Amino acid sequence: MQLTIWTYEGPPHVGAMRVASSMTDLHYVLHAPQGDTYADLLFTMIERRKTRPPVTYTTFQARDLGADTAEIFKTACREAVERFKPQAVLVGASCTAELIQDDPGGLAKTLDLGIPVIPLELPSYQKKENWGAAETFYQLVRGFAGGRTAEPKAEGARKSCNILGPTSLGFRCRDDIVEVQKLLVELGVDVNVVAPLGASPADLTRLPNADFNILLYPEIADTAARWLEREFKQPCVRTVPIGIGATHKFIREVAALAGVDPEPVIGSEDDRFSWYSRSIDSNYLTGKRVFIYGDATHAVAAARVAEKELGFKVCGLGTYSREFARDVRAAAKEYGVEPLITDDHLEIEDAIIAAQPELVLGTQMERHVAKRLRIPCAVISAPIHVQDFPARYSPQMGFEGANVIFDSWVHPLTMGLEEHLLTMFRDDFEFNDDAKASHLATIGGGGSKSGKAVQNNGAPEKVIEEPANDMVDGSPSWATDAEKELKKIPFFVRGKARRNTEAFAAQNGLALITVETLYDAKAHFAR
Amino acid sequence: MSAPDIKSAACGSSVAAPIRERGQHEVFCGLTSIIWLHRKMQDAFFLIVGSRTCAHLMQSAAGVMIFAEPRFGTAIIEERDLAGMADMNDELDQVVERLLSRRPDIKMLVLVGSCPSEVIKLDLDRAAQRLNKVHAPDRRVLSYSGSGIETTFTQGEDNFLTALVRDMPEKSETAPASLLVVGSMADIAEDQFTRIFSSLGLENVAFLPARRSTELASIGPDTKYILTQPYLGATVTELERKGATRIEAPMPLGEEGTTLWLRAIADTFDVQQDKFDAITGPGRERAKKALTHYREQLEGRRVFLFPDSQLEPAIARFLHREMGAEIVEIGTPFLHRKITQPEFDLLPDSVAVSEGQDVDKQIERCRAENPDLIVCGMGLGNPFEAEGRSTKWSIELVFSPIHGYDQAGDLAELFARPLGRRAVLEVAV
Repeated sequence: MQLTIWTYEGPPHVGAMRVASSMTDLHYVLHAPQGDTYADLLFTMIERRKTRPPVTYTTFQARDLGADTAEIFKTACREAVERFKPQAVLVGASCTAELIQDDPGGLAKTLDLGIPVIPLELPSYQKKENWGAAETFYQLVRGFAGGRTAEPKAEGARKSCNILGPTSLGFRCRDDIVEVQKLLVELGVDVNVVAPLGASPADLTRLPNADFNILLYPEIADTAARWLEREFKQPCVRTVPIGIGATHKFIREVAALAGVDPEPVIGSEDDRFSWYSRSIDSNYLTGKRVFIYGDATHAVAAARVAEKELGFKVCGLGTYSREFARDVRAAAKEYGVEPLITDDHLEIEDAIIAAQPELVLGTQMERHVAKRLRIPCAVISAPIHVQDFPARYSPQMGFEGANVIFDSWVHPLTMGLEEHLLTMFRDDFEFNDDAKASHLATIGGGGSKSGKAVQNNGAPEKVIEEPANDMVDGSPSWATDAEKELKKIPFFVRGKARRNTEAFAAQNGLALITVETLYDAKAHFAR
Repeated sequence: MSAPDIKSAACGSSVAAPIRERGQHEVFCGLTSIIWLHRKMQDAFFLIVGSRTCAHLMQSAAGVMIFAEPRFGTAIIEERDLAGMADMNDELDQVVERLLSRRPDIKMLVLVGSCPSEVIKLDLDRAAQRLNKVHAPDRRVLSYSGSGIETTFTQGEDNFLTALVRDMPEKSETAPASLLVVGSMADIAEDQFTRIFSSLGLENVAFLPARRSTELASIGPDTKYILTQPYLGATVTELERKGATRIEAPMPLGEEGTTLWLRAIADTFDVQQDKFDAITGPGRERAKKALTHYREQLEGRRVFLFPDSQLEPAIARFLHREMGAEIVEIGTPFLHRKITQPEFDLLPDSVAVSEGQDVDKQIERCRAENPDLIVCGMGLGNPFEAEGRSTKWSIELVFSPIHGYDQAGDLAELFARPLGRRAVLEVAV
């Protein structure tokens, strides 16, 4: 038994729902108790989907357990097929139905539905959402493409590929497939099928016609891509085009398989990222410490972009995708950090605090942690939130994806020129740490050096002091002049300076931190 | 100014033949009530013993609340527990130990049963007894079932309150008659009623659930209780078993509902009519004034209510009587006749009522009726809006303060807002 407050992944049947909802002409009949229908709101609220997801739930109750839950399943299945007229039906059980062992697959087969039935066995007490999605997609691909052969192609015909992995509720999948298809058009490569997003079961039967596959989201489609590789000898492009380097690599891999020239596409004018990163204002980005956590694909890609394309320093790297932990371990080794393979958000919070990053790239949970710690943050991965479906076009992949990444990671940081100004004006009478934002100035006494000096409605304003001179569990205390000196350090790095100095003093057995200790520590921690 | 008389206002609807449906129920399970129960009871932690699905439900339904360290969580049953490789009771004890040592602020731990824990017959009552031997009296451990196989949405609160009533101490025989107000309400509404009760001269008033677990009222034959929520059938049974007597009234929603509710209390405690009128007069006037702002938007509008919280009959009564809306269908997950009769007494005979659900059929009925406003859950809202229909999320009725005179306007506004918004927007779907 595991105590859980927050989960990065839902149960495996939610993964199956994501695949079913991604596709057309497919229906999922889920044997599940009343209440499991909550999952509909993930699609209708978070993704703002305009139709209900194509899922029928049996919603059995306690009184049904004594009677015949199998009959309820059969009725629900028969009625769903009559009502929605899908090309095929997925059948399976949620965690509770798994315990009552009604065998939805076997029951559906007895119904003579006249359409293919794909039974799903998703062990709810062992596996999670992404595994459930991958298994569902694999079963569908195998079920519909299995036993087929590729249609013969004319000599010299353009090469074509399948794009595998984008799903409903996936991070920016909607826009990534547009961007990737744009690259393929420029390269002169045809797209045979995009799946699961937008595909029908009939489309899956055409998968063997492609010359190769593009695997965009390994968490969802790796199992299926490997099967297609074995079954139809379709090679697979495994580079996920997030960031400039990976986009170039992706273009070259695709071009090699398609026998076309990659260079015109590589020199795309759409790439603003590269110049922005080289421009002088970006100098201040150098060595910014960044903590990265997410699904394996996005976390590994983010680490590469951060370190090699923006000049950040990766100070933490982790994932909740245990199935792809190996990739994250390899990346962590490359950047010289300890890999964090866990889905315990409290452990991740502790790791963030310990790493003292200047930027956090994570999921919505890390965004909230960063907000509490007042560290800039950008979201890079599912599990997602209504904010991760922006109204504007906002891919992560390809050249435009890199441009989007530049904006969304760099804007939360204090800009280069601003950083100089902040240092220059840190003791200015109207621009200092205690001053309120100018648009709030009339509320308090904005612009004064210290809140103490301001009498507002006769009452002295409350001044929030940083804890000082307190000897907590043997940690070093601050001499008054050192404390004063600390206040001269810009507020956005002051917390780090304080922590570093205290750590330095503790390491060196100093009980009192003086001005000298402060600067010794600064020299010690200098990059 | 006097309270409307129930009998003369009655249209005598007796809900002769509700449509009963057994199909897909598009409703939350009882676990979801933890979202407001943990806000209400400020020293309690709700520990669901369930699956990853339960944890996922809670974070999906509770949204942003989960990002703070919430006072609810899930002990997720794993393969090794089911395979008997681990003793589930030992595992649970360890989870509780870790939790309580990390959260010294928790005075009451509530073990909440789920679908999987019910199906595998994990006895949480016994677990609570066992844990009480270790942790009581400093920290009490209680249990109830919020599983979807046994409860629908608000029935989770019903089961929790039933467990609390079981725990209530017996009142001494010499204690004076007291009033127990039963059902979660927003603190602000509770405070407003407390002021009214005190002006009416009622001294022994307690609320269930109380804000702190240590403030549990005592109960006995001289306890009169009144409901603020209609979904408390099991709690009613338990209260009556303990000898308390129910004061019958419509729910305190809207000006009329609140007045009838207060009047029923006042009558029980022999408050004079003129005193009642003097005390409630200003609130009634404020409520009426607030309601007139929205009446124009809702008058004559046809409203279809999907089953959700069991509040539907009371809401329909409010919309019909005070806002002049026409009620097309009242869907409710469960129809508790005894509790809802005062609401139906105020509704026309012709109103269609459905109990249970077959969501696809109900959606078809709703489309055929083409109502002006659909009150439904979050899974159905956007799909209806995409068809060009106006909807109101029913979940707001359990999350927002809606009880009493000073929230009557807010309650009306919940229904007027989607219609008003639609009128303002120059973009179409």
